[in-house]
Amino acid sequence: MNDASVSASTAAAVAATGKPAPSTNQAKVHAADVNVYYGEKQALKSVSIDIPERAVTSFIGPSGCGKSTFLRCINRMNDTIETCRVTGTITIDKADIYDSGLDVVELRARVGMVFQKPNPFPKSIFENVAYGPRIHGLARSKTDLEEIVQTSLKKASLWEEVKDRLAESGTGLSGGQQQRLCIARAIAVSPEVILMDEPCSALDPIATAKIEELIDELRENYTIIIVTHSMQQAARVSQRTAFFHLGVLVETGETDQIFTNPIDRRTQDYITGRFG
Amino acid sequence: MVPVYFVAIVVLAGLAFAAGRKRGFTFMPVGGGPRAHSLPTYHGLYTATAAIVPMFLLLVAWGIVAPRFVDHMALSSLPSSLAPIDDLTRDARLRDIVGIANGQVSADLALLSAGNVYAGWREAAGWILLIAGAALGALGAFWALRNLAPRFRARNRFETIVKVVLIACSAVAILTTVGIVFSVLFETLRFFARYPVQDFLFGLQWSPQTAIREDQVGSSGAFGAVPLFAGTTLIMLIAMLIAGPIGLFAAIYMAEYASRRVRAMAKPVLEVLAGIPTVVFGFFAALTVAPMIRQYGEMLGLEVASESALAAGIVMGVMIIPFVSSLSDDIINAVPQSLRDGSYGIGATKAETIKRVVLPAALPGIVSAFMLAVSRAVGETMIVVMAAGLSGNLTFNPLEAVTTVTVQIKTLLVGDQEFDSAKTLSAFALGFVLFFFTLMLNIIALRVVRKYREQYD
Ligand SMILES: Nc1ncnc2c1ncn2[C@@H]1O[C@H](COP(=O)(O)OP(=O)(O)OP(=O)(O)O)[C@@H](O)[C@H]1O
Ligand SMILES: [Mg+2]
Repeated sequence: MNDASVSASTAAAVAATGKPAPSTNQAKVHAADVNVYYGEKQALKSVSIDIPERAVTSFIGPSGCGKSTFLRCINRMNDTIETCRVTGTITIDKADIYDSGLDVVELRARVGMVFQKPNPFPKSIFENVAYGPRIHGLARSKTDLEEIVQTSLKKASLWEEVKDRLAESGTGLSGGQQQRLCIARAIAVSPEVILMDEPCSALDPIATAKIEELIDELRENYTIIIVTHSMQQAARVSQRTAFFHLGVLVETGETDQIFTNPIDRRTQDYITGRFG
Repeated sequence: MVPVYFVAIVVLAGLAFAAGRKRGFTFMPVGGGPRAHSLPTYHGLYTATAAIVPMFLLLVAWGIVAPRFVDHMALSSLPSSLAPIDDLTRDARLRDIVGIANGQVSADLALLSAGNVYAGWREAAGWILLIAGAALGALGAFWALRNLAPRFRARNRFETIVKVVLIACSAVAILTTVGIVFSVLFETLRFFARYPVQDFLFGLQWSPQTAIREDQVGSSGAFGAVPLFAGTTLIMLIAMLIAGPIGLFAAIYMAEYASRRVRAMAKPVLEVLAGIPTVVFGFFAALTVAPMIRQYGEMLGLEVASESALAAGIVMGVMIIPFVSSLSDDIINAVPQSLRDGSYGIGATKAETIKRVVLPAALPGIVSAFMLAVSRAVGETMIVVMAAGLSGNLTFNPLEAVTTVTVQIKTLLVGDQEFDSAKTLSAFALGFVLFFFTLMLNIIALRVVRKYREQYD
């Protein structure tokens, strides 16, 4: 594919969605001067960004540039990596999430995560979704729990496909269904922010379209951050886009602007396919 | 002569390899041109195999035929006064003859000459082997060399040869197992011909004392194996009560909590436990643990036998901890990290994640690790011999002396006994039961493991 056709098709995608400008939304997540080190190696260099509430923000950039690393800072999943060290501040609703008084477990209930490879637990579909509500004690009774599971599956547009086989194993679903199950699992604890790390990279185009549709619906109630390698996808689902390169946040802006009129030379090179 | 023969095989194979390889080089194109099918090395390997195989087959055949032939020649050279009349005398004569051939002196001239005949034929048979073998090997190599050609598929042929060798090796392993099973089965059936199966399997009394002389009183022993099964089960249960939780929790610590440095140190240390000879555990059990239990028991006003099931069970439990922990650790590690991430991502703590995600996912594998540990515990002899005693008490009181299947097998076969007495044969029956039990455990364990593997592939 040549440069012109990529930018043309992404521009067309932007034009087609024609979303309202979300810049009026308040910042939900705010990061200032975030540095991340894996041992001696610095993976992120002074990243500062505001992520608006109830909108989709996409992170793009070449492989290894630190998109996942930054995403994992937002729910402190990096804590599970022994060598990882984070400096700087990240706040959600103005509260510092790296504050020593903060409970990581609570934070992760507020900031859900969907992974690159669908990872349903080897339990029944019902138990997969009920997992979060159970450990956080969100349901008072069995009917409560069933209610939560049902609404979550509905929100993840999976209910119709699985309502007759909730007792079957979640690992028996197709890849796309598994990924929607994981989204339902994340939704079930009513998070405010949902992080998605390349949620469609293991899926075929039809399943991808379904997930994208779902993301668009979820945007009404949740703040969504999505890492993607597909610029078309970023253009289709997100209102804001952030471009990372070699651990540096190069440019953030309205998705239309990033794809049609990038300010930085590196962004331009990347979206026209000159590297990455 | 046989060692020399092996040297001959190696030398011939080496020569054949060199010749084949040399031939192979002539097939390699000098400046472009069509490539030979196989590299020279494969031509060499093919030629070498063609020399080795016939030599080896000859050796096997010789090993079967030659001794009989030499025996026959020596025996038939005996004068009719010494000619064997039955199998027993035949064996006795042969022993004398072989002794003389090996340099013993004898006053009997006829035997002396037979011994010389024997030695002569033995020598001759060796030379025949060597010469015939060398000829066959050379023939094989020449035949192979004639086959070689630029388009000859030496590489594929050699592949087939490799496959055959591998099949032969696994066949040896399998056939040995099958052979052992059948010989045990055969002796077991002989035992059951004398002693009713149901009395053996369900009888409550075990006292295998049979008479040494025909007219002795109480010559028919009682072979009710239930006390042995009970004793085995009791000790196994005690051992698993120790090894199960400790091994599993150690595995969880290693896999989930320990830092890489601690893990690198602790895991080998734990595995050293598995390398301690069981006899060491045995005297530890008999000299340290058993008296200790007895002392504590007496302090509490309990009556404790000096050899108790508890002592043996505890020490056996310690012994099998590494089996449980090492296998469970591997299984827990095999649970994909993505499942843990999924759980942490929803805000589960580490303990919740382990309890609700990791362990359920690893459960089938852990169960099979336990089963392997059980079969290990059931098959263990030394500790029980030394610490639990020999008396076939039918009891579930861990403070009394009990005995197990393996211990009885050992006791039954040690000492002078006619081989086909009921006492000796009962050991085979016990062995068969034991084998059947561990086989079942292993089959179940393997099935469970396989099912578990399928989930993630
Ligand atoms: N657990 C880790 N230990 C050490 N280094 C790591 C670890 N995870 C990531 N890194 C390094 O940090 C840098 C950023 O990695 P990250 O996974 O964030 O990239 P990414 O932008 O998500 O790439 P991709 O698009 O391929 O997923 C890379 O150089 C990577 O090698
Ligand atoms: Mg990534």
